[in-house]
Amino acid sequence: MLKLDEIQKRLLKEVADLHTVPEGAYNIRSNSKSVGRQSSANIEITSKTDVSGLEIRIKPGTKNESVHIPVVMTESGLKEVVYNDFYIGDDCDVVIVAGCGIDNCGNQDSQHDGIHRFFVGKNSKVKYVEKHYGSGDGSGKRILNPGTEVYQEEGSSVEMEMVQIKGVDDTVRTTKAELSAGAKLVVRERLMTHGNQNAVSKYEVYLNGEGSSADVVSRSVARENSYQKFDAKIIGNAPCSGHTECDSIIMDNGRILAVPGLEANDLDASLVHEAAIGKIAGEQIIKLMTLGLTEAEAEEQIINGFLS
Amino acid sequence: MLQLKNVCFGVESDGKDKEIIRDVSFEIPDNKLVVITGPNGGGKSTVAKLIAGIEKPTEGRIYFNGEDITEKSITERAKMGIAYAFQNPVKFKGIHVLDLLKIASGKDLKIAEACEYLSAVGLCARDYIGREVNSSLSGGELKRIEIATVLARSLALSVFDEPEAGIDLWSFQNLIEVFDTMRKRIENSSILIISHQERILEISDEIIVLKDGSIEKQGKKEDILPSLIGTPEALGVCRNNVPVKGEPAVC
Repeated sequence: MLKLDEIQKRLLKEVADLHTVPEGAYNIRSNSKSVGRQSSANIEITSKTDVSGLEIRIKPGTKNESVHIPVVMTESGLKEVVYNDFYIGDDCDVVIVAGCGIDNCGNQDSQHDGIHRFFVGKNSKVKYVEKHYGSGDGSGKRILNPGTEVYQEEGSSVEMEMVQIKGVDDTVRTTKAELSAGAKLVVRERLMTHGNQNAVSKYEVYLNGEGSSADVVSRSVARENSYQKFDAKIIGNAPCSGHTECDSIIMDNGRILAVPGLEANDLDASLVHEAAIGKIAGEQIIKLMTLGLTEAEAEEQIINGFLS
Repeated sequence: MLQLKNVCFGVESDGKDKEIIRDVSFEIPDNKLVVITGPNGGGKSTVAKLIAGIEKPTEGRIYFNGEDITEKSITERAKMGIAYAFQNPVKFKGIHVLDLLKIASGKDLKIAEACEYLSAVGLCARDYIGREVNSSLSGGELKRIEIATVLARSLALSVFDEPEAGIDLWSFQNLIEVFDTMRKRIENSSILIISHQERILEISDEIIVLKDGSIEKQGKKEDILPSLIGTPEALGVCRNNVPVKGEPAVC
């Protein structure tokens, strides 16, 4: 039976909304070891033999099933690179929940670099949820550098929800996607940084097939002395449509650099980018104050809504 | 209920002091609906903002139920019982109509209760409760949601700044009904509406005419309204705005 301490349970709740062992296939990694694993009839999870990580194979036609592969780290000074590969057969409809929670109470840096590759079969539908969270009072940094690669076959659809709201000191997240004909990618990123945190988010989306589409939207808040860079590039190599948007709020001494990029290599590629950075509108705070909230409560409501 | 005593308000413009409100004194009694009317630029909306605490007077005092609230913040006044509907409703990303009504009511409002407030302003609640309060809503829809947030507060004093602005004719008829109902249930509360509309002036108890930052006249509706009919201070229902010179008002 899987045994987790209170901190591990709290981290699991933050990153995967898990209160107990999940249903269906799962692998829970704690302090660099797999502490619980279950495959299902249609989803097989095995360990890689050459490097640290997992291979997750989902049979063609698997519908309405989920895979949870959360990671928790509670020992200060751990550094790891993990390679997880997902092979999703044709005609699937699955939910994949990843995420990493670090609790660092020590004075050494803790770092988890999760490299995820998705090979999505024809006409398959995947929802991928990845949440990152850090806690702990130690002076050691909590560092997460997720790398995501997505290879989508014809007619497939991938929706990615990437959330990092609290406690990660340093992050460089890199996402690369290649889409075949008729494939669709939707990314919703939510990011909040505070203290002296640093976050870089890079996207490179290649629309290689006719009728492929991508919609990459980031909403972020940079508070206190934190810094963010959003660098999203969509490359249209076929008749396709792409949209990238960075919508950000800056507070205190927060700084944000948005670098939306578009490259059209086909006459029928239709690509759009939008970027907006600014502080919270004064009238929004005033409106909520007239409803009885204090200025701080009003700011909290506005940010919660913005990042919801 | 509310009393303004010798209130002045000025701003600095091009290095010069500009007076917007000059020595304004009036009272909004308990259980009364008072309308402030007057020409555009006369300072009506500024008075509403001074009452809500969005602006602070440069001189004079404001009393609410006998307590001096001149130095009180927006939040403190809201908590004391002053509700304020914006002339131009504010939009939010990610905040839904239900969230806003919950904040306004100060409790975990049930969906059925929230729907009542929306129905009261003529919105089909089911279609709106889950909508974001953003630019996907029309000006008229935002305006009605704004009024619903004030209804959800059900406070001692409700201030509406030009509720008819930016609203279509059909919505306006509905709006009159909303105010009429509020007027009938005014027990233990008061209402202040900034408006040019004859129909709103008609349901008032008292009227204040504000011009160039000063009160031109004030008194009971019966005494003031006859002198306003046909002037821009009391527009008929078909004319939400003063007609362009030489052009007839379009109904």
